[in-house]
Order: sequence, then structure tokens, then C-alpha cells
Amino acid sequence: MIDLSRIFGRRKVASKDLAKDRLKLVLVHDRANTDTEFLEKIKDEIMQVLEKYMDVSDSGLDIHITTAQSEDGKSEVPALTANIPIKAMKRK
Amino acid sequence: MAKTESQVIVITSGKGGVGKTTTTANLGVGLSLLGKKVVLIDTDIGLRNLDVVLGLENRIVYDLVDVVSGNCKVKQALIKDKRYEGLFLIPAAQTKDKDAVSMDQMKNLCEELKKEFDFILIDCPAGIEQGFKNAIAGADKALVVTTPEVSAVRDADRIIGLLDANEIDEHFLVINRIRPDMVKRGEMLNIDDVLDILNVELIGIIPDDENIIVSTNKGEPAVVNMKSKAGQGYRNITKRLNGENVPLMELDEGGFLGKLKGIFKKK
Repeated sequence: MIDLSRIFGRRKVASKDLAKDRLKLVLVHDRANTDTEFLEKIKDEIMQVLEKYMDVSDSGLDIHITTAQSEDGKSEVPALTANIPIKAMKRK
Repeated sequence: MAKTESQVIVITSGKGGVGKTTTTANLGVGLSLLGKKVVLIDTDIGLRNLDVVLGLENRIVYDLVDVVSGNCKVKQALIKDKRYEGLFLIPAAQTKDKDAVSMDQMKNLCEELKKEFDFILIDCPAGIEQGFKNAIAGADKALVVTTPEVSAVRDADRIIGLLDANEIDEHFLVINRIRPDMVKRGEMLNIDDVLDILNVELIGIIPDDENIIVSTNKGEPAVVNMKSKAGQGYRNITKRLNGENVPLMELDEGGFLGKLKGIFKKK
């Protein structure tokens, strides 16, 4: 079928697509923030991996869900941000 | 008829005003029309409404708080709906505090009602506080009601998370007040959008329908109105709850194009 919207000029983004994008983003935050164990579990497992290679400071560890610009810079996407201070690297 | 295994189903949503009480009333009447023995429990203490949607507001003597606190026997608080065989209501208390009922009391009540009824439908209050916890305490299934709006979908997601955390794994979505004309224009989330976002099993869709307001005005649920689209949506859900396999209803797209399509389809 011919897309009539192409013939009659460019159409605005359908508002339901905006709704969907916004909901997906907000639910990433909601789900991460309401489940208290979720980030703790991730934190523990990341630490287990990192400890193989370096001494990391458990107390200075900060991990949370934030919002970042998408690669094309056109929209916002959820991002997991981790700030992990390194005390020392381990020798091989 | 031999009594099938009882189902205790909580009707919940998180957000207020999306149609929990209307859904409870319609499914209750619909299930009774299928020959089931049904009791509806209004757990919205202080904001009682299921009685008035069902047209039973003048029949109340005892309420939910009277039952759980032992002020009356369960039988005394069951209001029999004379129009629909096998349908009963336990109304919420209007004057008491929402902490007047505990989770254990709700569990016990549901267990007792299971002996007598095929379906126990619990109308949950809005919110995620004590009233919500009480309402889900005795339930083994949940229907989550939402509308295709960002606020309702967001709250539904939160409720689904809480149901999971409380080990009510059998939860199904009801998408209420769909406007096919707006969906067609891309101005309303469609069914697939909502399911994609929430990742949950769908049990039914209810089109937006003026008949709901008219029927609530009269205290006669729309499920009995064969001309009502919403009524049809509710009838489909009752059949699915009863174990029948019913295809999802087709939404009338409305407007000139929709009608035109309809003409071509008939051929």
C-alpha cells in the first residue's frame, strides 16, 4: 500500500512512540531502584571479577543506573554507571 | 454441578481510576452467568464502591471488617445478588481504618470462602500500601488492570514486580479503555506496545465504551448488555478464566476508513 503520509509531507512522530520510548526508559530506572537486591547482586559479582586482576576499594565503590545520550545523540538511553577506585594492580 | 477447584483472584492496578472496581463487578456477574458460584470482596476500606457499581448499596448490613473481626458470621455478611444466581458480595467497611484488616485475616477468609465458592474475586484498593498487601494476601492469581497511558502502564509494572516479590506468579493483564480510533492514528499505545513494555501475559482487552458509564449509573454491569463492546470484552475474560480458549476480540477502527474496511471484509 502507498504510504499516504509520505505523499502529504513528513508526519510528526506518533505520540504513542514517544510514550513507548519514555516508558521503557523510566521502567529501567524504576525496576533497578525498587529492587534493592538487584544492584547489590551486580556489585558483588563485578567485584568478584575485578578482584582477580586488581585491588579495588569496596568502600569507594559506586554503582547506579543513570541516563546517557544515545550514540547518535538523538535520544536518551539508560546506562549502568560504575565508579570503582583501584588501589593497586596485581602482577600476573 | 460438581464444584471445580476454587480460584482466588485479586484485581489490582497500582494506579487509581483505571477500572478495577468496574472490572471486578463485570467479571463477577459474567462468571455467575456461566453458572459459577462467585463472591466479590471489596477491600477498599474507607472508599467502598463495589456495592454501588453492582447496585447493592441498599442491602448492606455487615461488612468486611465485621467478618474478619468476628462481629458477624461470614454467611451474615454475604449479600446475595437477587438478579444473578450464585453471585455474592462482601462489602468494604466505610467508616473504619484500612489497618482494621490484617493479611492473616484475609488469608483465613479466602480459605473459608474456597469451600463454598468457585471464584473469589478481590477488588484491591489503589496504591501499594497495607490495603494492597491485604488484598493480595489470600490470592493465588492476579489480574492487573491498566489503560494504554504512561502513568497506568508504569504503575502496572510496579505492581507486577510486587506480585512477583510476593510469589503471585500467575498474573495476567487487562488492557482497559482502548480507543481503536486513537490507536489507528498512532496517538495511543496499542496492545503489542503495552505487552512489549510490560512483558506479561494478556487475558483480555476492553474497548472504551460509553455503556460502562450508563450501566454504572443504573447499577447493572455492562457484561449483561449484548450490544456493549466492553461487555463483550468482559464476557471473553470470564470464559478464559473458566478455561475456555477465546480469540482476542477485533477492535472496530471507527471512522470512515474503518467502516469502509468493514464493508470489504464482509465480502
